[in-house]
Amino acid sequence: MPDRSHLEGEHFMSGDEACAEGAISAGCRFFAGYPITPATEIAERMSDRLPEVGGTYIQMEDELGSMAAVLGASWGNVKAMTATSGPGFSLMMENIGLGVMLETPCVVVNVQRAGPSTGLPTMVGQGDMMQARWGSHGCYSIIAVSPSSPQEVYDLTIKAFNLSERFRLPVLMMTDGAIGHIYEKVVIPPLSEIQLVPRRRPDVPPGEYWPYVPDADLVPPMANTGEGYRFHITGLTHDERGYPVMTPEAQDKLVRRLVEKVERYRDEITELEEEGIDDAEVVVCTYGVTARVAMIAIEHARQEGIRVGLLRLITIWPFPEDRIREIARQVKAFIVPEINYGQISLEVERSAAGMTRTILVPNMGGAVHDPETIMDAIRQAVQ
Amino acid sequence: MNVTAVTGETSEKHPLEDYLRVERLPHIWCPGCGLGVILGAFLRGLLKSGLTPEKTAVVSGIGCTGRVAGYINLDSFHTTHGRAIAFATGLKLANPELKVVVFSGDGDIAAIGGNHLIHAGRRNIDMTVLCVNNFNYGMTGGQFGPTTPSMARSTTSRAGNVENPFNMSALAAASGAVYVARWTAAQVHQMERSITEALLKKGFSFVEIISPCPTYYGRMNRQPTGLDQMRYYRSNAIVRHGANPNEVGVGMSGQIITGKFVDIELPYLPGPKDRNNGG
Repeated sequence: MPDRSHLEGEHFMSGDEACAEGAISAGCRFFAGYPITPATEIAERMSDRLPEVGGTYIQMEDELGSMAAVLGASWGNVKAMTATSGPGFSLMMENIGLGVMLETPCVVVNVQRAGPSTGLPTMVGQGDMMQARWGSHGCYSIIAVSPSSPQEVYDLTIKAFNLSERFRLPVLMMTDGAIGHIYEKVVIPPLSEIQLVPRRRPDVPPGEYWPYVPDADLVPPMANTGEGYRFHITGLTHDERGYPVMTPEAQDKLVRRLVEKVERYRDEITELEEEGIDDAEVVVCTYGVTARVAMIAIEHARQEGIRVGLLRLITIWPFPEDRIREIARQVKAFIVPEINYGQISLEVERSAAGMTRTILVPNMGGAVHDPETIMDAIRQAVQ
Repeated sequence: MNVTAVTGETSEKHPLEDYLRVERLPHIWCPGCGLGVILGAFLRGLLKSGLTPEKTAVVSGIGCTGRVAGYINLDSFHTTHGRAIAFATGLKLANPELKVVVFSGDGDIAAIGGNHLIHAGRRNIDMTVLCVNNFNYGMTGGQFGPTTPSMARSTTSRAGNVENPFNMSALAAASGAVYVARWTAAQVHQMERSITEALLKKGFSFVEIISPCPTYYGRMNRQPTGLDQMRYYRSNAIVRHGANPNEVGVGMSGQIITGKFVDIELPYLPGPKDRNNGG
């Protein structure tokens, strides 16, 4: 039987399928999910692929359970992922918060569709971008990435696993129904060319191990269940031993670290694509499938003689506010097309800090933008 | 730290000391609560089972019983409300070498986590669920829940509960559990023996333990102390092994039918051939 553990080579693949392959390449060996359009193909492919590589697929009773099972699997020493869309993402928020609190590496994929509520189940949306940042209760930081092609879905899924291990938290893969269903060429490189971040293990013996003593970079090593460490972990506010401590001081220390362990390394995390920004009078700031449409608009605007730059957000959270602020000093406006009524545009506006205008090009979902709407905004910005 | 240091007395080390986070004692549970008795029975039952403690993980949800995980000196997880069984499902499937025990309350297991209970039973996931049933939400102040008997008073049913309760043993059995037993906190030896059996059972095993909550359920229903509730259990708990789980519902008064109701063999997950440790 041919070795199907790693499907090196060129493939014609959807974004959803590329996501599953990226997970397999990253060493993901556990998937828990619940069928939901337009993310179902990820579950289908994982149910085929995981048994081929000695992994486990389980279809849970709902997304509450899916997310909880993913956390449990990660503590069982297996890289774990789930994939869903808006309605399921809402249910996962509860245990995404637990994942943040227990500092549990895992990847959550949201193939966004148009909402609110059941919305347009089979059609594209980008309305969960703020939910990704703030959706679980309490104060925390999160990492989210957004791909614009099946190839990038593959690459970013691996990166998401690496970030989740590096920073010990759930990493959110914010794709969308269009990218999930587009078929394109996807190149899977040789396994030897894929760099994986190993889980950070304790360097002290059982008996001396406390689960939340951070290293210098604020990330604590993670013991493996069943190896005699006898650790306790809790969703309650806790100290370095993992024991509940119900004081404002313990809360301050813990939450600061949970936020800072991400924010302090935003430069390491952030990935952007920039083009033509140096002499741009306007910059289109965009992400996901919308970036593909925006590139058409940018091309046309340049033919009209307008100097337009592209800033494509590959990392969404933490938000690249420093770079936006830099660019804000030199441009007449940011144009922010997105398939919602203004979410990332608010962050661009905040980061621009009044130094330039931010023009939202909204789209309520169900289809990508007509490039003409983005063109109009560009023309308006340079008038 | 050990107990003798705390009391200043010279005595032998307590046999369960290695399995308790002694530095976290005293626990938060009220005087008269059954959880201390049940925790002791669990640890003795675990040691008698011969399972390797280091390979045993305890997962709790939220509530008074949810705090059990924090006192047990094993790998222990205090998760979200209702999700202990789902978390435990992932843990067990990821590492089949572990013995995974869910230790949580009736509100956690039968209300907010009810869906996970029935589906874990249906899948026959190889884990043990110890469900402490005190007939109300104790941690939040004694509200009625899915196990509160009809007409029982609580802080949200002061005139008497108008709903019908779940019979949790029947629910577990109907869902597919291969081992179902019920004991009261007054039947310590039987409970302990049942816990050992449940831990060694392959598949989804469920032990319901009826336990006093004098602070709320007992006080509001004419059994104001833990002793009153324990005396009631002693006088009214009868053992009927093999009883039809559908016929062992618990009311506000009268008999409490206890015993081992289900003990069967069925294929379970992760099966012997599924053993893998992926990562």
